[in-house]
Amino acid sequence: MKLRLLSLYPDQMNIYADRGNILFLQHRCEWRGIDFEVTRCGPGDRFDPEAFDLLYMGGGQDRDQKAVAGDLIETKQQSMRIAKESGAAILAVCGGYQLLGEYYELEGEAIAGLGLVDLRTVREPGPRLIGPVAIKVDLDGRDRVLAGFENHGGRTRLGAATPLGKVMHGFGNNGEDGFEGVREDNLIGTYLHGPLLPKNAWLADHLIATGLEHHHGERPDLEPLEDSLEQAAHEAALAAARAG
Amino acid sequence: MIRSKAWIARSVGRLSRASGRGGGTTLPGRVLLKLDADAIDKLGAGLSDGATLISATNGKTTTASMLATILESAGRHPVHNRAGSNMTWGVATALLEQKGTEGLFEVDEAWLPEVADRLGPDTILLGNLFRDQLDRYGETEALADAWADLASRTAGTTDFVLNADDPLIADIGNSSGPGTTYFGIADESQALSELQHAFDAKLCRVCGHELTYDRAFVGHLGHYHCESCGMRRPEPDVSANRITLRGMSGVTATIDSPEGASELELPLPGLYNLYNALGAIATARQMGIPVEDSVRSLAGMKAVFGRVERIQINETSLSILLIKNPAGANEVIRTLSLEPAPVDLWIALNDRIADGRDVSWIWDADFEMLADRVGKVTCTGTRASEMALRLKYAGWPLARIEVIDDPEMALDHALKAAGSDLFALPTYTALLDLRNLLAARGDTEKYWEG
Repeated sequence: MKLRLLSLYPDQMNIYADRGNILFLQHRCEWRGIDFEVTRCGPGDRFDPEAFDLLYMGGGQDRDQKAVAGDLIETKQQSMRIAKESGAAILAVCGGYQLLGEYYELEGEAIAGLGLVDLRTVREPGPRLIGPVAIKVDLDGRDRVLAGFENHGGRTRLGAATPLGKVMHGFGNNGEDGFEGVREDNLIGTYLHGPLLPKNAWLADHLIATGLEHHHGERPDLEPLEDSLEQAAHEAALAAARAG
Repeated sequence: MIRSKAWIARSVGRLSRASGRGGGTTLPGRVLLKLDADAIDKLGAGLSDGATLISATNGKTTTASMLATILESAGRHPVHNRAGSNMTWGVATALLEQKGTEGLFEVDEAWLPEVADRLGPDTILLGNLFRDQLDRYGETEALADAWADLASRTAGTTDFVLNADDPLIADIGNSSGPGTTYFGIADESQALSELQHAFDAKLCRVCGHELTYDRAFVGHLGHYHCESCGMRRPEPDVSANRITLRGMSGVTATIDSPEGASELELPLPGLYNLYNALGAIATARQMGIPVEDSVRSLAGMKAVFGRVERIQINETSLSILLIKNPAGANEVIRTLSLEPAPVDLWIALNDRIADGRDVSWIWDADFEMLADRVGKVTCTGTRASEMALRLKYAGWPLARIEVIDDPEMALDHALKAAGSDLFALPTYTALLDLRNLLAARGDTEKYWEG
C-alpha cells in the first residue's frame, strides 16, 4: 500500500511547525509498512489531482498568506476542487483553513480564497484568539476529542458547511458560536494549528485510512501502534486546554 | 517628586529581598511605574553619558553581558539590567538601584519602541528576529515593522548597529540614520549544508519577492539577495573570518574591521555566540572602544547563568543550555553534536506564560541531528510527554528516553544515569526552577530573578 501526500506551500505555509504533522504521518505509515511519498507543491506549481491521496496546507504569516492566495487560485483551484470531489483527504490548518473559504478580509481588503467550502473569514477588531483549545468531534461514527493550540486574528463564520466540532475549551472559529473548523467530503479545516496530529494520533490514522481508501478503493484496518507517549501527549494538551 | 517615589520603590525591593520572597529584580520597578508612569524618562535623564539598548529574539542577555564585560574592562560601569529582566519594570529597577552615568539595557522585542522613546538612547543594537513565542507577540514581520518605525522616528539621534546577515534586521538600515553600522559572518565554510526548517525570512522586505540565499549560517541568518529588486545584504563593518568551532569549549575567529584584523578566542560555544560577540564588538566600537580591546575582554568572559554554564555535582559536570525557540535550540543541538557521543540529556519543556503556552516550536527544531549520538535522555516539565514524543519521531531510540514529570526526581534520575557529563536543556521557566532547585540543594549560590 502507498500513501501519496501533497504538501502545499511547504516553504510559505509552515509558521507553527507544520512539518511536525507530515513527519508524524510519515513515521506512522512507515512503521506499518505503508509506502509514504511526499511531493512539495509551491508557488507556480500545478498538480495532477488524481496523483495524490492526502493534501496538506499549513499556516503562514499574513504576508505569506497574501502572497500564496493569488497563486492558489491561479494555479491550483481546479485541481483542489477535483481532489476534494474525488474523496482525497484534505487537511488545512489555520491560515490554510482560511484560504479554503470565499475570502479573508484583512484591513478592509478582501483576499479571495479557493471557494472550496462555504465559509468567510474577517479580521475583526479585538484581540487575537490565542490559547490551548479542545473540541469534541464526531468522526467515523465515534465521539472524539481534538486537543491543540489556536492563534488567529481572523473570525471564521460558516455558511451551509458543517463544523468540524464543538468547542469544549478555547475559542474555535470566532469565539462566539461555539463551533470549530469545517468538514465536507473528506476535507477538514481547523484552527488547531501546527503539529496537531502528534497530539491527536487518532486523527492522523483517520487521514491515513482515508487517503489509502482514496488510492486503493478500500478502507484498510490499520495495524495498531504502541501509542502510550502519543496518548500522554494528547492528555497533556487536553489538560492544558482545560486549565485555560 | 521622583526622589520620594524612588525611595518608596527601593524600600519595597529591600523588604521583598529581606523577606526572601524573591522578585527583587522587578518589584521596585513595578512599584515605581505604578507611582509614576514616566519614571524611566525621569531617571534616564540622569544618564549623562547616554544609553545603549540591545534587542533580539535570541542572545539579548548574553550580548548585553558581553558588552558590559567590554565596558568594564575599559573602566566604564554602566547601569545594567544584568539579571535579564527586560521589560519596562526591569529597566526601571536597574535605574533605581544602580548608580552610573551610562546605561546598558537589554530590552524585550515588543517593549523596545516604548523603552527607546522614553530613554532616547545613543545606540541600539539589533541582533536577530526569529519565530519565538508567537502566542505572545504575533509575528516576526510585525516586530520588524515596529522596529523600522522606531528607526525612522529616531534617525539622526540614535545610531543603529545591525546584523547584516538577518534580512529582517538589515532592512531597518533603510529607515535608520547615517550612523548605522553592520556586523556579520564572512567565513563561507560555516554555511549549513541545507536550509533549516525554521526559516523565518523568506520574502524581500523591499519588494516582497522571494529571497535568494547563497548560504545560511544560523536559521535564516546568512548571505542573501533579491533577484527582483536587487536588494543585497549590506557589507558588514565588523565581520568574522577563519572560524573554528570547538564544541562546548568555544569558538575562535578572525575579526575584520576598518581597524584591521584581531584574533578572537571566545569561551562560549557556537556560531550563535559568535554573532552575539560580533554585535557586542561592533557596538563597543561605535562607543569608542577599539576592536582589539573588545576581543581581549571577551577572551576572559564567563557564561551567564543558564546560557552555557557548568556546575560540578559529585562526579558529574552539569552544563545548562537554555532552549526556547527553534533557532536557539538548533544551535544548542549543533553544539552538542560536536561533543563526544553518547550525549546524556535532561530536557525540561514547560508551557507557562514566560515559556510561551504553545509548545509547537519543538517540532521545528532539528532534534534529528542528535538521533544517533544520544545516551540517556530524561524528559521533564509540564509538557514532558510531548517532548519525549518529539524525540521518538526524530528517531531517538525509545528505550533511552524516560519521562519523569517531577523536575527534581528527573534530575536525580538523569544524574545517576549520566556519565561524566550531563547536559540540561530547560525552557525559560524550567531554567528558573532548575536554578532554585540547585540553590536549595547547595549546588549553586542563590540568585534572584523576577
